[in-house]
Amino acid sequence: MTRPALAQMLATLREPAGVSERSPADWDLLVRVARVASLEGRLQALIEDAGALPDVPPAPRRHLHAARVLADRQHVMVRWEVARIHEALAPEQIPVMLLKGAAYVMAGLPCARGRQFSDVDIMVPKAQIQQAEQHLFVQGWVCEGYDAYDQRYYRQWMHELPPLTHMRRKSVLDVHHTILPPTARLHPDPALLWQAALPLEGYPGVYIPAPVDMVLHSATHLFHDGELENGLRDLADLDALLRHFANEDPAFWERLTARAFEMDLARPLFYALRYGHEFLQTPVPDSVIRALAPARPALPLLALMDALFRRGLKPHHWSCDGGLSGVARWLLYVRSHYLRMPLHLLVPHLLRKAIKEHRKGKRERPDA
Amino acid sequence: MTGQETLKAGLRGAGLPIQVGPFVVRLRSRLDRIERSVALFYDRQLLPADGTPFADFHITLARSSGLHAVWRPQARFFLDGRSPFRPLPLAHAYPLFEWGLNWCIAQHAHDFLMIHAAVLERDGQALVMPGEPGAGKSTLTAALALSGWRLLSDEFALLSLETGRLVALPRPVSLKNAAIDLIRERYPQAIIGPSSYDTSKGTVAHLKPPDPSIERMDEQARPAWLVFPRFAVGGRDHLEPLAPAEALQRLVGSSFNYSVVGAAGFEAAADLIEQSACLNLEYADLDATLGLLNGLPEGGA
Repeated sequence: MTRPALAQMLATLREPAGVSERSPADWDLLVRVARVASLEGRLQALIEDAGALPDVPPAPRRHLHAARVLADRQHVMVRWEVARIHEALAPEQIPVMLLKGAAYVMAGLPCARGRQFSDVDIMVPKAQIQQAEQHLFVQGWVCEGYDAYDQRYYRQWMHELPPLTHMRRKSVLDVHHTILPPTARLHPDPALLWQAALPLEGYPGVYIPAPVDMVLHSATHLFHDGELENGLRDLADLDALLRHFANEDPAFWERLTARAFEMDLARPLFYALRYGHEFLQTPVPDSVIRALAPARPALPLLALMDALFRRGLKPHHWSCDGGLSGVARWLLYVRSHYLRMPLHLLVPHLLRKAIKEHRKGKRERPDA
Repeated sequence: MTGQETLKAGLRGAGLPIQVGPFVVRLRSRLDRIERSVALFYDRQLLPADGTPFADFHITLARSSGLHAVWRPQARFFLDGRSPFRPLPLAHAYPLFEWGLNWCIAQHAHDFLMIHAAVLERDGQALVMPGEPGAGKSTLTAALALSGWRLLSDEFALLSLETGRLVALPRPVSLKNAAIDLIRERYPQAIIGPSSYDTSKGTVAHLKPPDPSIERMDEQARPAWLVFPRFAVGGRDHLEPLAPAEALQRLVGSSFNYSVVGAAGFEAAADLIEQSACLNLEYADLDATLGLLNGLPEGGA
């Protein structure tokens, strides 16, 4: 009898040593779900670390292995990209902070092992973002495929440049100047991030966020701003970060909650801990739950968010979908935009996007 | 149930498992032309639906939905519910399945160095022929497969990173344009499926792999000859030695995933070069060229 896909996925993430209990039919579903959730490489690393790879039958093991090969290759490429970014910006005295995947890999954090990702995200101070764009341009990063409206949308309203693509390597680079759009409901101060950032050894001028900020940024990205395409992967990142940092520093939890309030990011942290615990049994001390009580949404809202996130965080695979999954994803998409911009800016933007998509669809139809 | 009924029930139900070399494909489709092509080409590779719990790729070929599908029916390829490509005209549903399966393998099978090349075997020794489209590779491959060589692959060489040997991926050989009639006339025993007209590659028809290719698909082959064919109208059929360094560069250039597998891929490619006689082949006349390839001295390099 095949167990539900999501339950298997979560059980494997929590207890990779238990894979010997999986039947071939379980594996059939597990590999497919892991594939759409971008978690194949991560599963391989977890199972390998638990010494349980020999318990995986050869057919599914091949897929996990292949994803790990791909992830390792992506990490090599990220290291290369970071070195090139350093080369472009360090001589100009423009400090660079690595975010998300690039930071996990360069800092050698346990959650990086086997993690699959594509783009590199960095932050530079707002005052120097234009200068940074120019120097990156000289080294081959260009902004292509965005029309005048997109360009203006990014530059005027967003917290980042339109994505840059390297002319030869085709790698994509997102350059931010803060972690949420200036129009967003929450207002974390990027200056605080810079003050606490840690220098990356071997790359003078390149920084990684302090542990507490790394967690807060990941939580904010997932629960306040993000698309949930890789929601479970990002939640697994958070779980691994929290376990690792709490283990390294006994005062970590206390620092984390204090910092969350200081950065105006207590609500996203509340969600991260709530769903991290629910999905992956992230060990959250009671004192932290008490400290975050002021950030807890009122009951009716919390019930709604539970209903949305419990669906939205599942892998986007038919085997995990219920009747309301589509609606939940759509509402979360609307929410992420609503949190990003006030309505008088948002409505014209979404309307314009919809018309553009519609026209594009017409153009792409072979018979049009 | 007869074989045909089982096949139909599988395709329309939970999926029909098919062993394609080292992969199990579970295929679902309600399209008649998929059913006919699978019955014709894959009848020897069907696996029991109940006894095959794990599949590498879950593929569906379906009719595109939407209003314009009424006057211009199209087929769409899905890997486990996601559609990575544009739909094609319904008449090209079967070539779409083959191309889509290539994509699935190229995206996921990084336990191999994957090379855009034909592979044939004689006495346990493999002939690897990388070739640009238009190099006449498929015609040569079909002719060799129908005259005593065992077909391992028409355009997708799988070099195992573990064993350094070539793993068979027996699929129908895709013949294009004039090659279809040429092969049909020369080899009356050849089983060739219906033609698909006006595809991106012109007219395409598939040759069913001869029986030994399927019966022995678990047998790996040691690389012995690496031949780069080039079709030249009015040219002189001849083989000439190729410097190993250049052969390596060209082999790697034909790989789908060399950049992904990195050092392991380099080692495997270099080992292949070391074990193989590396040759350039200019060919104009099929008989003359078959004579050249059949006369390759044994043992490789």
